[in-house]
Amino acid sequence: MTAELINWILGGLSIGSALMVVFSKHPIRSVLYLIVTFFLVSGLYIMMNAQFLAIVNIIVYAGAIMVLFLFVLMLLNLNKATEPKTPLLVMLSSVGAAGIFVLVLIAALKDSFIQKSGQVAGNLNAGMVENLGELLFKKYIVPFEISSILFIASMVGAVLLAKREKPIID
Amino acid sequence: MNPTTTNLSASIEFYILLSCVLFTIGALGVLVRRNMIVLLMCIELMLNAVNLLLVAFSTYYGQGDAQIFVFFIIVVAAAEATVGLSILIMAYRNNKSTDVGLFKTLKD
Repeated sequence: MTAELINWILGGLSIGSALMVVFSKHPIRSVLYLIVTFFLVSGLYIMMNAQFLAIVNIIVYAGAIMVLFLFVLMLLNLNKATEPKTPLLVMLSSVGAAGIFVLVLIAALKDSFIQKSGQVAGNLNAGMVENLGELLFKKYIVPFEISSILFIASMVGAVLLAKREKPIID
Repeated sequence: MNPTTTNLSASIEFYILLSCVLFTIGALGVLVRRNMIVLLMCIELMLNAVNLLLVAFSTYYGQGDAQIFVFFIIVVAAAEATVGLSILIMAYRNNKSTDVGLFKTLKD
């Protein structure tokens, strides 16, 4: 019962902070609320006994990606709310479309048949580091190695794109 | 025999609902906002909603494969954020703004 209450609190707070990401005026505040959302989702991972992913989520998302966003925001000095106002019609229709979208999703999934896993309830410690390490370095070793190539490609691409080029005078 | 009582502390429907709502909030942000950085952040929010559902089903069935998928999603999201932000820096350098509407002048 207590665990369920904690789940509800974490879920509600994460929805609230996600809404604040979308609707806060300053980009810096959006970044900070997004970090809060990631921490709350990590809390949900811990409640689901997926401890490895909770830590990875905090380290990679809140620690690396969000710091990258903050660096870009502060280096470009975008702290001011320079964004043009969204027209009211676009705003209303977007909110309406999103509401209809979530309604359709929930209505479709509400009565969906979720297969029970039968006799075995599965491994209770599926989210532990031991189990995931076994899986990652045995069954999924090839995608793991390919992801390193992806990282090198994205690193080279980022440097190449963000490098200041000399202006071509013609 | 219902695995819900053993593996998850809340019902699987709770997680389905939560990740649907989080995904829709991210999609709403992409529709409403004009700032490129906030758009990238909303994409991260949508990815996070998908991750949450994958982890919930992984725990529900007691198998770790989906959590490996989440790990790869995080990897791809990191790569996507770096490339997206460097494109953003380049666009900002060219016309001193981060409005997405500026991308319509891309073909000129």
